[in-house]
Amino acid sequence: MADPFAVKDCALIAMGTGERAQNLRELRDRILTVHPGCIYHHFWGGLLKPRFDEPEFQNDFAAWSYHGLREARLAERLALIDPCEFSEIEDLRRELVEVIEERLAESEFVPWARADQQFYFTRSQIVVLDTDLRPREPSALQALIPKLSVGSVFYHFIDARRRTSSRRDDFSEWLLGLDRVCQPLVDALGEIDPYFSTLTELRSEIDRAFKRFALGEGEACRVL
Amino acid sequence: MPGTLNEYAAIVGEDVIGHLRQLARGLEGCKVVHVNSTREGGGVAEILHWLIPLKRELGLDASWEVIMGDEPFFQCTKSFHNALQGKSVSISESLLRGYEDCNRKNAEHLREQLESADFVVIHDPQPAPLLNFCPNRKGKWIWRCHVDVSRPYRPVWKYLREHVQGYDASIWSLAEFAQPMPHPIYLIPPSIDPLAEKNRDLPQYELEAVRNQFGLDPQRPMIVQISRFDRFKDPVGVIRAYKLARKFTPLQLVLAGGGATDDPEGAKVYTEVREASGNDSDIHVLLLPNDAHRTVNALQRLTDIAVQKSVREGFGLTVTEAMWKGRAVIGGDTGGIRLQVINHHTGFLVNTPEGAALRIRYLLKHRDQLEIMGRKARQFVLENFLLTRHLREYLTLMLAVVHQTMDRIEL
Repeated sequence: MADPFAVKDCALIAMGTGERAQNLRELRDRILTVHPGCIYHHFWGGLLKPRFDEPEFQNDFAAWSYHGLREARLAERLALIDPCEFSEIEDLRRELVEVIEERLAESEFVPWARADQQFYFTRSQIVVLDTDLRPREPSALQALIPKLSVGSVFYHFIDARRRTSSRRDDFSEWLLGLDRVCQPLVDALGEIDPYFSTLTELRSEIDRAFKRFALGEGEACRVL
Repeated sequence: MPGTLNEYAAIVGEDVIGHLRQLARGLEGCKVVHVNSTREGGGVAEILHWLIPLKRELGLDASWEVIMGDEPFFQCTKSFHNALQGKSVSISESLLRGYEDCNRKNAEHLREQLESADFVVIHDPQPAPLLNFCPNRKGKWIWRCHVDVSRPYRPVWKYLREHVQGYDASIWSLAEFAQPMPHPIYLIPPSIDPLAEKNRDLPQYELEAVRNQFGLDPQRPMIVQISRFDRFKDPVGVIRAYKLARKFTPLQLVLAGGGATDDPEGAKVYTEVREASGNDSDIHVLLLPNDAHRTVNALQRLTDIAVQKSVREGFGLTVTEAMWKGRAVIGGDTGGIRLQVINHHTGFLVNTPEGAALRIRYLLKHRDQLEIMGRKARQFVLENFLLTRHLREYLTLMLAVVHQTMDRIEL
């Protein structure tokens, strides 16, 4: 019998690095050398940061290009980088540099930000907590999904992608380890785009995916 | 009296408090000592008044110590404060030696307690040298900087850095404020206490009493800026914005702040503000006592729009306070105001009196927008800038600092 699903929660604490950029060339240079946690934080950390449901830009690099450098063209290109497409943070770093280099090559001058609008590289430490919740059956997990904290959603659906060798979310990993066929639900979870949603929206999408399948004890997942 | 976790749960929800309890489980029984230089007055003391009881309620053995100092000591630390914010000040060798001696004397009676603590949190530069006078430290020592050190006067910062670089970690309010350090730098923005006199709900009769006290007309719109009389807060710019907007819409302006008479620079700015307001009876310049929390609270609730047109700002807690009362804010495009005022969501960021006037006119004309923004502003503070978030980050940090080289800490 498979282990029960261990529901975890998490809290992030932001850390300064002392690294900053005031123009596009500096941004490129810093991106080349900063701690990989900075790249991760500026793409994903926003989900647990103060912001509104529909931010203009999903990552901090795009937002700064627009607001700090007044570079709308670059902001649009950076905003389109989807971190889910990169299994390694170093690949994501290279893509970022590529997009910035392209803009530098086509610009006649290096865009600058005001002194009080510099880009500050930050990263975060994650503290993972055990909630002691241990659903044994998919149906029991399904019942918990609507009540999960945003920290739990972040941990199991976002953070999981850098922890698991398959780069999948924790729910899918667990379902695949059960002695029954949950592939349809795993496929449905895999179709959820985690990048362009808030954590509460993500929780609703996960909940909907679970609800589309019958998860009775001992039976295979099937579409309702 | 600070609130209890149950009282805060009624505001932020049980799940938020549950999260705090979970985090605190890993720290139960830990001895935590906070040290600052004053028991009353100022933002740091305000924080410690709620932080210590809440930590205790969560099972930590938290306490608060205050260091003693003489007149030259506080003269020296006041100079530090100004220098860290960029003012060029020269501090004599004798004042610096006095500062160190004062810390040495305080260490004599605090040493046993500090050396045995699991965590020591030292607030601001005043008690910073205590670290060096406690050589047999058992726990982690954290320096909490509440000041904007983004552009410090370098000679003074160079001196102070010697006292703070030996800490295990430091905490800063914003990434912009932080200086490079050889230890982990944590970022924790400030917060407000929704149950404090300054922020709690007030009965309608009290609002009306304040309205009558200052002769404010209930029939005409009103804008309010709460701040010290300080050039960085640009009160004269607010008067200009009011005058520009009033050409198009009936309006009253309240500029309220305290402490100006204690500060020669503040008194000068206050005079300039009085001159700029001239004989306009719809401009109310109010010099309030420092403990007029309920009056400030009432003014923030009576206003149609809150203004904080600073040209330089640390975090801007008056913005947070106004937003908590459901007021849209027109704020200067600077410092921590940018974290709170989100264009078209919680208010507008402006760079000039003209920009402020334009947004005042817009919001008074589009009352539905004003109301929506006010609701969003309150929700934004509820989710991000209340003391429960602040406490959560303190607990997270304490857990993180124990495992400081790790990106991931599994409890």
